[in-house]
Amino acid sequence: MRAFDYIRPVSLEEAGRRLAETSAKAIAGGTNLLDLMKLQVETPSAVCDISRLDLATIADTPDGGLFIGALVTNTQTAVHQRVRKDYPLLARAILAGATQQLRNKATTGGNLCQRTRCFYFTNADQPCNKRDPGSGCGAIGGIAKLHAVLGTSEHCIATYPGDMAVAMTALGGVVEIVGADGHARSVPVADFHCLPGDTPWRENVLEEGDIITAVTLPAPVGGLQTYRKVRERSSYAFALVSVAAIVAMDDQGKIARADLAFGGLAHKPWHDPRIGDLLVGEAPSAALFDKAADLLLETAQGYGENDFKIPLARRTLRAVLEEVTGASS
Amino acid sequence: MTRSISVNGAAHPLPNDPRVSLLDFLRDGLRLTGTKKGCDHGQCGACTVIVNGIRINSCLTLAAMHEDDEVTTIEGLGTPDAPSPLQQAFLEHDGFQCGYCTPGQICSATALLDEIASNWPSDASGDLVGTLTLSDEEIRERMSGNLCRCGAYANIVAAIRDVAEQRT
Ligand SMILES: Cc1cc2nc3c(=O)[nH]c(=O)nc-3n(C[C@H](O)[C@H](O)[C@H](O)COP(=O)(O)OP(=O)(O)OC[C@H]3O[C@@H](n4cnc5c(N)ncnc54)[C@H](O)[C@@H]3O)c2cc1C
Ligand code: SF4
Ligand code: FES
Ligand code: FES
Repeated sequence: MRAFDYIRPVSLEEAGRRLAETSAKAIAGGTNLLDLMKLQVETPSAVCDISRLDLATIADTPDGGLFIGALVTNTQTAVHQRVRKDYPLLARAILAGATQQLRNKATTGGNLCQRTRCFYFTNADQPCNKRDPGSGCGAIGGIAKLHAVLGTSEHCIATYPGDMAVAMTALGGVVEIVGADGHARSVPVADFHCLPGDTPWRENVLEEGDIITAVTLPAPVGGLQTYRKVRERSSYAFALVSVAAIVAMDDQGKIARADLAFGGLAHKPWHDPRIGDLLVGEAPSAALFDKAADLLLETAQGYGENDFKIPLARRTLRAVLEEVTGASS
Repeated sequence: MTRSISVNGAAHPLPNDPRVSLLDFLRDGLRLTGTKKGCDHGQCGACTVIVNGIRINSCLTLAAMHEDDEVTTIEGLGTPDAPSPLQQAFLEHDGFQCGYCTPGQICSATALLDEIASNWPSDASGDLVGTLTLSDEEIRERMSGNLCRCGAYANIVAAIRDVAEQRT
């Protein structure tokens, strides 16, 4: 690890100021930042320890939703009674990721900002436009099994690797952010991460000095919720493809509501509202689910090793829709 | 004013270099070499310790971030003359071969028993809101962050099951 200063601000204001004036990085659980600092992928001049700021509460919101502070650990979220009862999709997504030891440290804010697991990104001697702009993308034509099939660019085909944010996208969560100037703003989780385009180093909408303070979830909408994560072994592995779904049926047996988000396919949790629009008002059928997959994968492009993700996404989406609509095929 | 950390009940000054991980501080600073370094990247669980009652990977956290925290390592759980129930059960069930992963396995399992007592669900739990039953599948999922290169898994699960059953 390169030498760095350790700063422990006593307030959010001080943290924002220190982050904006130095090339410091915020550290919360540390499970992603320290991993990358050991690999010299991240080389901040200072780490700004925000872990003791007052951002660790989880509470009901006046409109029946849930406020999850940025420093609430993934474990605290997954075991929270209201999350288990009203947002089981979120508990399931978190429990399907990492290990108990990591989830005990991982925080809401850190999980949202976790960086890609692309092999070229984490190996400092490999070409990577995300880590070293202009050096090229090693994954295109190389080791690309984990990589994206949607929303890629010629500069970067990395995925956002997390699970929690995929569930939060389907649930309509909102990221609460405070800027270095103290100004607060709200960004839907669905719009928080960026596509790589020609700025692959930019992974989300945060600007220098911005601190995530919380994620808020709207009041629960009813229906069935599920998170299906397909991975190479049944525990402790990143998603190849994951599907988060909230689906409600009306009393005629038609789909009344369908909120879907996908992990493992893109540089961000993938959200395509056209899929919900297609499904709502229809009776579940294999043909309908195929049409939904056609929409999802309309622009999909494989890069060799990850070609399998395209049929895998189709089959996983179909299986999830069969499960939550009660349709069997 | 020196900043300090409590390890197995004794207070120690924190290191000056912010780069020191909690793992390196325990091993090199305090010579508590029971806690092992396997991967140094959060992947193997050999470095698992219990901080304020919660199990974590000590390799992915800075000692400097643990001012006033209470850390328990394998040395704090029991001694050869007075082993903890899990330490004893690992002996009785041959829950190891080379023993390198064992301190991490036992720290992890110690915290696991408290997590079960708190009714925390896991990925293997069929029901998120009901009362848990500790099946072997549950134990395996909850111990998935502790790898064993010798493959002593079957006996590790048996040792944990044994102690869990004594508890209920
Ligand atoms: C072996 C292993 C397996 C894993 N498996 C999975 C998995 O299957 N699924 C999954 O989803 N994740 C997985 N993870 C990733 C893990 O979930 C993340 O490392 C964790 O969520 C990061 O949270 P943290 O609080 O430790 O972040 P930190 O390491 O503290 O920070 C990460 C980044 O977020 C920034 N940051 C943190 N908090 C804030 C804030 N409040 N405002 C602004 N910026 C902030 C930091 O500056 C840093 O850039 C795995 C990790 C490991 C090591
Ligand atoms: S896919 Fe993105 S992160 Fe991976 S090597 Fe290419 S530019 Fe780097
Ligand atoms: S040494 Fe910490 S998890 Fe491997
Ligand atoms: S006993 Fe050898 S690694 Fe587990």
